[in-house]
Amino acid sequence: MKKLARFKGGIKLPGFKSLSNQAPIRNVVLPEKLIIPLRQHIGEAATPVVEVGQGVLKGQLIATSQAFISAPIHASSSGRVVEIGKHPVAHQSGLAEPCIVIETDGNDTWHPDCHVDRPVEVLTSDAIRSTIKQAGIVGLGGAVFPSAAKLKPTRPIDTLIINGVECEPYITCDDAVMRHYANQVLEGVLILRRLIDPVEAIIAVEDNKPEAIAALESAIDRFKSDNRGQVNTIRVVAVPTIFPAGGEKQLIKVLTNKEVPQHGLPYEVGVVCLNVGTTVAIYNAVFKAEPLVSRIVTVTGEAVPRPGNYKVLIGTPVEHLLGQAGVSNLDMAQLKPQLIMGGPMMGQTLPHAQVPIVKAANCILVKNYSKQVMPPSMPCIRCGACAAACPIQLLPQQLYWHARGNHFEKLEHYHLADCIECGCCSVVCPSRIPLVQYFRYAKSEFRDHTIKARFADQSRVRMQAREARLERIKREQEGRKARRRAERKKKKAADQPATSTSHLDTTKSEEKKPAKTKQASVG
Amino acid sequence: MTSSTPNSSPFVPSNASVAQVMGTVLLALVPGIIIYIVLFGWGLLNNILITTLSALVFEWLMLVLRDRPVRVFLLDGSAVVTAVLLALTLPPLAPWWIPALGSFIAIVVAKHLYGGIGYNSFNPAMAAYAVLLVSFPLEMSIWVAPQAQLGESLDILQHWQYLWSGTLPASTNIDALSSATLLDHMRTEVAQGKSLAQVQESATFGLFAGSGYEWVNLGFLAGGLFLLYKKLISWHIPFSMLIALAMIAGICYLIDPTQFASPLVHLFSGATILGAFFIATDPVTASTTPLGRIIYACGIGLLTYVIRNWGGYPDGVAFAVLLIGLTVPLLDYYTAPKVYGARAGYEKS
Repeated sequence: MKKLARFKGGIKLPGFKSLSNQAPIRNVVLPEKLIIPLRQHIGEAATPVVEVGQGVLKGQLIATSQAFISAPIHASSSGRVVEIGKHPVAHQSGLAEPCIVIETDGNDTWHPDCHVDRPVEVLTSDAIRSTIKQAGIVGLGGAVFPSAAKLKPTRPIDTLIINGVECEPYITCDDAVMRHYANQVLEGVLILRRLIDPVEAIIAVEDNKPEAIAALESAIDRFKSDNRGQVNTIRVVAVPTIFPAGGEKQLIKVLTNKEVPQHGLPYEVGVVCLNVGTTVAIYNAVFKAEPLVSRIVTVTGEAVPRPGNYKVLIGTPVEHLLGQAGVSNLDMAQLKPQLIMGGPMMGQTLPHAQVPIVKAANCILVKNYSKQVMPPSMPCIRCGACAAACPIQLLPQQLYWHARGNHFEKLEHYHLADCIECGCCSVVCPSRIPLVQYFRYAKSEFRDHTIKARFADQSRVRMQAREARLERIKREQEGRKARRRAERKKKKAADQPATSTSHLDTTKSEEKKPAKTKQASVG
Repeated sequence: MTSSTPNSSPFVPSNASVAQVMGTVLLALVPGIIIYIVLFGWGLLNNILITTLSALVFEWLMLVLRDRPVRVFLLDGSAVVTAVLLALTLPPLAPWWIPALGSFIAIVVAKHLYGGIGYNSFNPAMAAYAVLLVSFPLEMSIWVAPQAQLGESLDILQHWQYLWSGTLPASTNIDALSSATLLDHMRTEVAQGKSLAQVQESATFGLFAGSGYEWVNLGFLAGGLFLLYKKLISWHIPFSMLIALAMIAGICYLIDPTQFASPLVHLFSGATILGAFFIATDPVTASTTPLGRIIYACGIGLLTYVIRNWGGYPDGVAFAVLLIGLTVPLLDYYTAPKVYGARAGYEKS
């Protein structure tokens, strides 16, 4: 077997995985209301294709978009559309985004086109791709990049990587998927293999999940004994548990020893990378005609009575899910826990528990507020621990100085834009400086600065164009005046005996004029 | 400066603290200090006590004057580390005001006037040592002979008495206690035309380097390796500095062994090991990039050798650290590591 490479930086973190990965995947009681945001993916928001008052069935298309980088949205259960409008979503500042609100009818009736077995073998690759796109499948690892956009790479692919690393502490939804849906993962990989024809396919799992690795390997053995030889190119590879080994770029480095070019995409080095949850979603879409209407969500934290993994409909309010996990509204009111969507390293706080579960929501982490008091930060002592921990090889302390001073050129010099906000630098900082928070702030300031700079540039160009235009008009007027004068002269000359020289003069000056205005407009 | 709950990621609290870093550094200094005291008497302990107490007083004073949170900064341990490092550079028989004045220069001038912890351009302990050495060359050159060479030695009370009164017990005098260090001795003797072989027969030469100091250096080496093991320092600075020093010393030694001491002598005499693992690695004043650290430390190693052989002072670690420290901003700027994918992007374009 090929030796694994190591990505630079990264840190070891306590996992807290056993809190949530002991129980099987549980179902959630159907909520009364589903709040389904129109933008749950990177790219264009979808536009609604249903109206308020309209009845919908589970799996029915309710919003779509024509853009290449976008994903359609489906009703997660049967019921009636009661509202299309802005609703608070999983955003730190409690930002409201357009959502479709469905009142469920309790029957959870599938749309007749969905939830049926499909003859996969006879489907063409393009038909499968279109199925995946229409099923609204996005990267379920958290990046929510529309998966269909990855499946027609413009160059040959060496390695298909199925990412089951799940390096964030606490989160175990991918672990649960691999343990309990190993067959579906493999079926999904076989479909992907058909679509992008890689030399090899690797399912990467962090070595702290031996059960998941065993489940996948025994599934491969089953496939082999069923004479499905295609699984021969699929390998399960255990990767060392170092955060953020599950980051796409880091994982590609570990498995292939290649680096994705700066500002580039994995396919440029012959790699396509998808999450295990996404792979199962692809299986469900292609084999069962089920669009992405639910996902596995980890609900965890020391204060949760029934931590574990739940199969949750997209749009389910977090409150409802927490109730299922034993966290009552009373607890919420009394303890005021911090709610984090995602993991403790890269997740985001929720403003309240009324926001819906979206396609990106891999985990709801309930943190006890009182235990979260951070020690005060000290001045940077330039120890360089942050630089040693950075998986991108940035110099966080330099970025920190320049972020504090809004030195945009320096921030660019030190590659602020490449920061993946993994949080390693903050965790190792002995001075407890919230580095990532500074970088996030600096990024938004930088964006603001760039927009202003571009606006200023545009204004300058407009100003110059205006000056050139006024100049041209002035010249044209002068030209007309000169012509008129000349004509008048000519008339006079016609009245009197004409001279040829004056006529030549005027043509010369007219020839010069257009050339001059051209120069002015260029400058 | 205030405690708060982070409202954006990461929510994992930092697993390190400045106090923890400084505490580990102090712990790593212990073996060297114990060997030093065993071999050279109680003088060092006096110096450590005076520098530490005065450093804490000056630190407190400056924090109050600068209106900084006193508790947090006083307990961060940085002043104590500076004080102990300073004490280790001072002659054990220095009068009490030498370590006290050193603390003042280190904490008040070199540290707080430049902005306090994290902002100082020069290593405070080294700055203080340099100022003292230039200003008080006599007091700064009374080095104690190893106790094994002395027929008699001062006990701790006699040391205290000497320290405060400046008078020794009637039976001894200062000439009886003091002795030149090997580096000092080599310098004067070679300048007088003697060969190194003769120097090495003198009492200043021990088993393989400076008598007594070789063991102290080994003690610091043990502490330094502990810091490496704890990942508090990276290998770049100590190894580059020692290799650079050993290489230039080796080349000169090969050219003329009667004039130039062996690499072993240079590595285990004077402040070499202490400098390599505890002083040049001072994070605030050292370079922070891997390549920058290598260049920075090689510079210190080479300059130390140059000063020892051709400069005005027997040892050169302090001046080398201070001088090469000036290049750090430049080094950091030009040696930033390639970020992930930058190389790949370069090939592509």
